[in-house]
Amino acid sequence: MEARKEQSQVEKQAAVAVPVEREERLHEALEKTWGDQPGLWGYLRSVNHKTVGKRFIITAFAFFILAGILAALMRIQLSRPENKFLGPDLYNQIFTMHGTTMMFLFAVPMMEAMAVYLVPLMVGTRSIAFPRLNAFGYWIYLFGGIMVFVAFLLNSGPDAGWFSYVPLAGPAYSPGKRVDFWAQLITFTEVSALVVATEIITTIFKLRAPGMTLNRIPLYVWAVLVMAFMVFFAMPTIALASTALILDRLVSTHFFNPAEGGDPILWQHLFWFFGHPEVYIIFIPATGFISAIIPTFVRRPIFGYTALVLSLISTGFIGFGLWVHHMFATGLPRLGQGFFTAATMMVVIPSAIQIFCWIATIWAGRPIFKTPLIFVLGFFFIFVLGGMTGVMQASSPVNLQVHDTYFVVAHFHYVLIGGSVFPLFGALHYWFPKFTGRMLDERLGKITFWLMFIGFNLAFFPMHILGFKGMPRRVYTYQNLPGWATLNLLASIGAFTLAFGVLVFLINFFRSRKRGAVAGNNPWNAGTLEWATTSPPPSYNFLHIPTVAGRDTLWTQPPDQPVVVGLKTDVRQVLVTKMLDGEPDHIEEFPKPTLWPLIAAITTTGLFIGSIFTPWAVVWGSIPVAISLIGWFWPKEKQSEERAPREVKERLARRQQTEGGTA
Amino acid sequence: MAAQRTIDVSQLPTYAFGHHALTWWATWSMLLMEGTMLLILVASYFFLRTGVAHWPPGTTPPPNLFWGTLNTIIIVVSFFPNHLAKKASENLNLQGVKLWTIVTFAFGLTFAVIRIFEFKNLNCHWMQNAYGSIVWFNMGFHTTHVLTDMVDTAVLIVLMFTGPIEGKRFVDFSENCIYWNFVIVIWLVIYATIYIAPRVL
Amino acid sequence: MIGLLVSGITFAAQNALDPAGPLAGRINSLTRVMIYLLSAIFIIVMIVLAIAAFRRQRHTTPEPEPHNAVIPPQHDREQRLSHTVTAGVLLSVAILFVLLVSSFLIGHKVFTSPDRSNALIIEVNGRQWWWDVRYDHPVPSQIVTTANEIHIPVGRPIVLRLGSNDVIHSFWVPNLHGKMDMIPGRTQEFALQADRPGVFRGQCAEYCGHQHAHMALLVIAEPEDQFNAWYQAQLQPAPAPSTASQINGQKVFLSKPCVMCHRIQGTDAGGRLGPDLTHVASRQTIAAGTLNNSREHLSQWIQNSQDVKPGNRMPPIPVNGNDLNSLLDYVQSLK
Repeated sequence: MEARKEQSQVEKQAAVAVPVEREERLHEALEKTWGDQPGLWGYLRSVNHKTVGKRFIITAFAFFILAGILAALMRIQLSRPENKFLGPDLYNQIFTMHGTTMMFLFAVPMMEAMAVYLVPLMVGTRSIAFPRLNAFGYWIYLFGGIMVFVAFLLNSGPDAGWFSYVPLAGPAYSPGKRVDFWAQLITFTEVSALVVATEIITTIFKLRAPGMTLNRIPLYVWAVLVMAFMVFFAMPTIALASTALILDRLVSTHFFNPAEGGDPILWQHLFWFFGHPEVYIIFIPATGFISAIIPTFVRRPIFGYTALVLSLISTGFIGFGLWVHHMFATGLPRLGQGFFTAATMMVVIPSAIQIFCWIATIWAGRPIFKTPLIFVLGFFFIFVLGGMTGVMQASSPVNLQVHDTYFVVAHFHYVLIGGSVFPLFGALHYWFPKFTGRMLDERLGKITFWLMFIGFNLAFFPMHILGFKGMPRRVYTYQNLPGWATLNLLASIGAFTLAFGVLVFLINFFRSRKRGAVAGNNPWNAGTLEWATTSPPPSYNFLHIPTVAGRDTLWTQPPDQPVVVGLKTDVRQVLVTKMLDGEPDHIEEFPKPTLWPLIAAITTTGLFIGSIFTPWAVVWGSIPVAISLIGWFWPKEKQSEERAPREVKERLARRQQTEGGTA
Repeated sequence: MAAQRTIDVSQLPTYAFGHHALTWWATWSMLLMEGTMLLILVASYFFLRTGVAHWPPGTTPPPNLFWGTLNTIIIVVSFFPNHLAKKASENLNLQGVKLWTIVTFAFGLTFAVIRIFEFKNLNCHWMQNAYGSIVWFNMGFHTTHVLTDMVDTAVLIVLMFTGPIEGKRFVDFSENCIYWNFVIVIWLVIYATIYIAPRVL
Repeated sequence: MIGLLVSGITFAAQNALDPAGPLAGRINSLTRVMIYLLSAIFIIVMIVLAIAAFRRQRHTTPEPEPHNAVIPPQHDREQRLSHTVTAGVLLSVAILFVLLVSSFLIGHKVFTSPDRSNALIIEVNGRQWWWDVRYDHPVPSQIVTTANEIHIPVGRPIVLRLGSNDVIHSFWVPNLHGKMDMIPGRTQEFALQADRPGVFRGQCAEYCGHQHAHMALLVIAEPEDQFNAWYQAQLQPAPAPSTASQINGQKVFLSKPCVMCHRIQGTDAGGRLGPDLTHVASRQTIAAGTLNNSREHLSQWIQNSQDVKPGNRMPPIPVNGNDLNSLLDYVQSLK
């Protein structure tokens, strides 16, 4: 009742012109409230979504480079038959680390990282929801990544594959701690992914700028929304499965032990029920990058907004119905095979819709071939080819031949590098000016693209043929079978070309960060809200929270589009809006910088790593975790006391008045 | 800069209940992921069941009904004080919140104590076979939820007495009640799975 | 060094697109249809994309800086686009449907449980990292046990009963059929048939630990009479050592740890952890397809198999020169 009354007051005021505060004074006040504190102390306590987002992006990119180096080592080993460069023990650790790092420490965190930075800007708010949780999500991810790489350097890197099939990964065939590090890494990244998904969903549903109804949300934001929901259903499964694996290894349960009624196939079901949606968790945000880049560089709004949104959502749903196509060779009943073949072919349809809508947008637009768009065009080539081989593998008879061969290696690199990494590089070129305030060099950008594009195809196309010629995956070496040596050598040359492309990108990055052309607010003249503020954005994102009158706001809004005023500048006030129509609802005060997320991450890390060595770590480790969480949530006396009388007593008094009135 | 059209939001309330509140979304996100975990856990139970002829395997009897059923009754009854606590927090009624939260907490405590007897009457051990493992996993999953909720509730009870009581605190109280409702619901599912299913399947 | 030795091996066929049996043949036809059709679609999509991207180039002179105008969507144009996109989607659905149906039809033939009336039943168990092969027979004395090499008669349906004693492996001989996982605790039936004689190589297709890379097997398809002759030979116990050196070699074999893991029928060696060696000299390779079965490879393998196949389960066997020669003489006599 009261809320509604206050609401109507707001609406009345909207029409009245109120003088705007002097912008500079406003900027100073907001900066003082929202800015990170200086020095190491400030660094460790920062909860700003852009600070955390940047760390997240850089860390994820660092893991991308590390996993890339591992890939290069593998390609050296495989460049000729019976090579002695790496032995089986090291190679098996390396290929496991490569897959694990790329999936859990690069791809998923990178997609989340971009969302953490961009979503609050794109929906027009001052902060991501639950900023402390966000900082916690970053720290826990960092510590998990460090843990597994330290283990690897100490020759305790996991070596049972990123899929850790039991019984190979079980206590009988993987003694030692290697697989335990893998299983706990899953726990780390899954905690991180889940908290970030929570923030993203809440931010998108509740912190949008007034007027941004659901059908005006930028497509990129839709994409990460779908991703976040998929995280909710996929990650708990792997969390449960990896816990069961650890229990089997640590306290002698028998979940996967066939001798005692357990079942190794249960692991495969659980793993792929997570593992298949996982690839969509990586791919769907990348489609968001594409839907952001194409309109900007073909100078027109996206074609088929609604169709694209529905495609995203249906991909999200169908993505959970495909997992068994990873298990056709386990001898499933025929009916099951038919069902999953059909479902797998069905998931092609929303992808086809997306591809056609994008091509239609380009067709009707006027393309300007800057690096981001070129990466997107490269995406089309690679991803569509990967989609075709995907259709082949969906067919269960064909799958029986190509499953677990280099054909599959080729296929998933086509869809993952093509579908995610190319759009990601496009996105990095696209948003770099927003992140840093400077432009990346176009010429180097194009060199990066061509090296990566040619290198990629040279590296992975021959693998299709290798698969048909019978080369299985995950072999540390191979014998000199007809044709294998040449094709493998080609692949190795391609891999190094690709790596060289990434190196050029790094050079471009470090050069342009200091010396690139100054970008200005909106160098591409794009239509979404993140381009409305300065580059790089101030700590508080927007001087005034904007309002939104259509899609591609900056292209369609009238010059006198209203802005929001009335948020306090001395505390971190954020406007909360309604889920569907984005109307102002209430104001929440967000937390200041704090060390608690870091402390909680450290105590949690202690528990997780301790539990690799003894189950008692779960019991004793939970005490510091509980203490740090209580410390985190304990109200800050001063601020609370300020708010308490106003929020409670006054509201109660007012309620009594109205009740008295009606009586 | 000339005057610009504006929307003044300074008079909006500074907290809200239900799906208006940000914490509501966090709570439900949590329930969504925990709920997925529960479903997968129960699905794994029945998946393992298909692998053997008798369930529980061999001569193992199913868990004794008495303590588990008693606990089920206790936790179902605790829904009522919990609900009253939720209503009281939405009405900003601190006295009511104190009373009903403490009553709910007492129910929770009783439940946790009886849980010890439940564990003693499962008639299986996790090391014995896959059946024992999955039964203990289910029980462990629920017990963890009970314990975390108890810690949460204990902290909130302390806050009720020490203050300061701002508006957001009432939102926390009410969210905590949603979480306890979830603990009740997942127990009903797990009770049906490990106590009832082996007797009827 | 070893690399050089190994590279001297000539390898049998291992190619999914060169089928030698009806099952691989059907999969091959489906695969090829898909390759042609999907390549055509890929090329068409790329051509459309290229036209979409480059057709307007001439209008953009000079490149607007910053890219100024936004093209407002026009109603009738959007309508035309949406008709084209809808048509494209419907066409894709139709093609997918055709592929789905053909996949079902082929699948129906490929996955049908084999006709067992005339079938030869062979048990194959995956081990880290070799293949334990046993030809089933109702009469126990007619059971043949061998390793890493499967002889089959051409034209006769084979039913493999696949299992594993340790981790998951996957049986795969691409010229004959797709693959089937070998899962501990389960036995899976898998059909196989060769329509022409030949030596077909296969390799474990499920990652199974250290030496997953060196876990190959040979399927030797031969005419029925040759197969029968081979089978009869395999049924015999190991030939008794005839020369002095072979007699000494047998003594060495029986006094060394060899007997813990290997079986030689007709002697006291009855280990079951490693491959059956009763007729090891009749096989083409040793160490699951890692090395050609030659005297120097055998010698190398016996003295230090860890050099050849690091991590494999066989410990180095210390034997001095003379005994080694005798041992090799003996093992090579096990035809």
